[in-house]
Amino acid sequence: MKKSSDSPIYRRRIRVNRFNLLMSMGTMVFGMVFLIWILVVLFTKGIGAMAPSLFLQTTPPPGSAGGLANAIAGSVMMVGVATLVATPIGILAGIYLAEYGRSGWIARVTRFINDILLSAPSIVLGLFVYTVYVMNVGHFSGWAGSAALGLIAIPVVVRTTENMLQLVPASLREAAVALGAPMYKVILTVTLRAVRGGVMTGILLAVARMSGETAPLLFTSLNNQFWSLDMNGPMANLPVVIFQFALSPYDDWKDLAWGGAFLITITVLVINILARTLFRQSAVR
Amino acid sequence: METAIAISPPAGVAASVATSEPKMSIRNLDFFYGKFQGLKDINLEIAERRVTAFIGPSGCGKSTLLRTLNRMYSLYPGQRAVGEILLDGDNILDAGVDINTLRAKVGMVFQKPTPFPMSIHDNIAFGVRLYEDLSGREMDERVEWALTKAAMWDEAKDKLKQSGMALSGGQQQRLCIARAVAVKPEVLLLDEPTSALDPISTAKIEELITELKEDYTIAIVTHNMQQAARVSDFTAYMYLGELIEFGETDQIFLKPRRKETEDYITGRFG
Repeated sequence: MKKSSDSPIYRRRIRVNRFNLLMSMGTMVFGMVFLIWILVVLFTKGIGAMAPSLFLQTTPPPGSAGGLANAIAGSVMMVGVATLVATPIGILAGIYLAEYGRSGWIARVTRFINDILLSAPSIVLGLFVYTVYVMNVGHFSGWAGSAALGLIAIPVVVRTTENMLQLVPASLREAAVALGAPMYKVILTVTLRAVRGGVMTGILLAVARMSGETAPLLFTSLNNQFWSLDMNGPMANLPVVIFQFALSPYDDWKDLAWGGAFLITITVLVINILARTLFRQSAVR
Repeated sequence: METAIAISPPAGVAASVATSEPKMSIRNLDFFYGKFQGLKDINLEIAERRVTAFIGPSGCGKSTLLRTLNRMYSLYPGQRAVGEILLDGDNILDAGVDINTLRAKVGMVFQKPTPFPMSIHDNIAFGVRLYEDLSGREMDERVEWALTKAAMWDEAKDKLKQSGMALSGGQQQRLCIARAVAVKPEVLLLDEPTSALDPISTAKIEELITELKEDYTIAIVTHNMQQAARVSDFTAYMYLGELIEFGETDQIFLKPRRKETEDYITGRFG
């Protein structure tokens, strides 16, 4: 049979290909338009609030000048503490699931529960911490905020650590074992090391996710209009300040809310880019 | 089963270089993957400072047999070996055996090169550090010694700090051999060590095997029958989990006793 580029079956394939390409590009553009729109609005409204005072002054009463220093500090501290606690727990649990538990029933149950936690609405986690911690001590606090954020971060780190470790070829693990290395040494010095970029990515993505969470903090750290580094008392934080200021009728508060939103977005964007470049490096290796 | 030539000298008599005594003896070995029996009543002896080759079609159990010799299978639940494997007279299948020490004595090199994600120097130091407390100088000497043994020193001496993963496939495999040699094992298991390599790297590794048998007992699994003929002193032909024939390599390749063996090595198999 003769093959030519103008046979009906070939032309039909070209048409189908063009149609599908058009459809997928269309949906891509549809999504991108909104994303860019959001970024443009954030940028135009938020860039005005970018001034040294934003980082140096605390949240003001309506009608006077101020910044977000207390909210930035509070967010950094609570996210920092949550990350410090969630990272080792998440990595250790991920190691258990991938290297020890594998398909045993404990691992399967843990994996299932972790998936539920991963997709649980963050407000539920906030309410949980509110009920078991805030109600018992009788006041909102930075510790409670960190606890709620940590509960968001742990399942993310568990999931990425496990998935990354499962990508390690069995031959690498066997090669280390074949030298007489005990299991813990194989994991710490060979397999975990082989995927350190991927695990770091998981941690950074968890940090990015935590930095934007509002709901769990409303029930736990609440807010604080003064400069405070006391984790035992209510703490200001960017998401809740944005939430309150954006809903207020005062223009200077609204401007600060835009500034805060801009700041969080840029931070999350930078973290994501960082995570992706780190991961790419470790994948090429 | 008509197997092996008797190669055990009387107990207590040290073997001269010309003759040899068994380093490992496999007796009535059965192996199970869950319910499936992968090895059936294997009996053979692996001579000290000699190369023993396992040949046979895919799935015949030769890799499985190799992986029982350092109990690599015990990483995987559901896999178990029944019978005896004696290493210098001690049964390594006994429950009380320290599996990590066993693997330090019985080293292994795999089909695919598996450099660790660390520098060439650290790749080799990794195994040594597990059992020996060497100073920095001593470790450097050991690394050089091992790389020299693996015919890698000239290529690697200027890039010891570089990642082992940046090497070519053939170099990576020789690095893995150096790494296995560095811990000074007594037995070296090679699981198709050249099947992922080009002919030049393969030739280098075959030369290496011949040199290494001066000091080590070597068991090699290979799909390449010329390779088995070139490097080994003894050859075991396996089929469907059974040891069909075992003997000196020359005898196996020149006048096999069993028709199945002859069919396989002459390519009339199946």
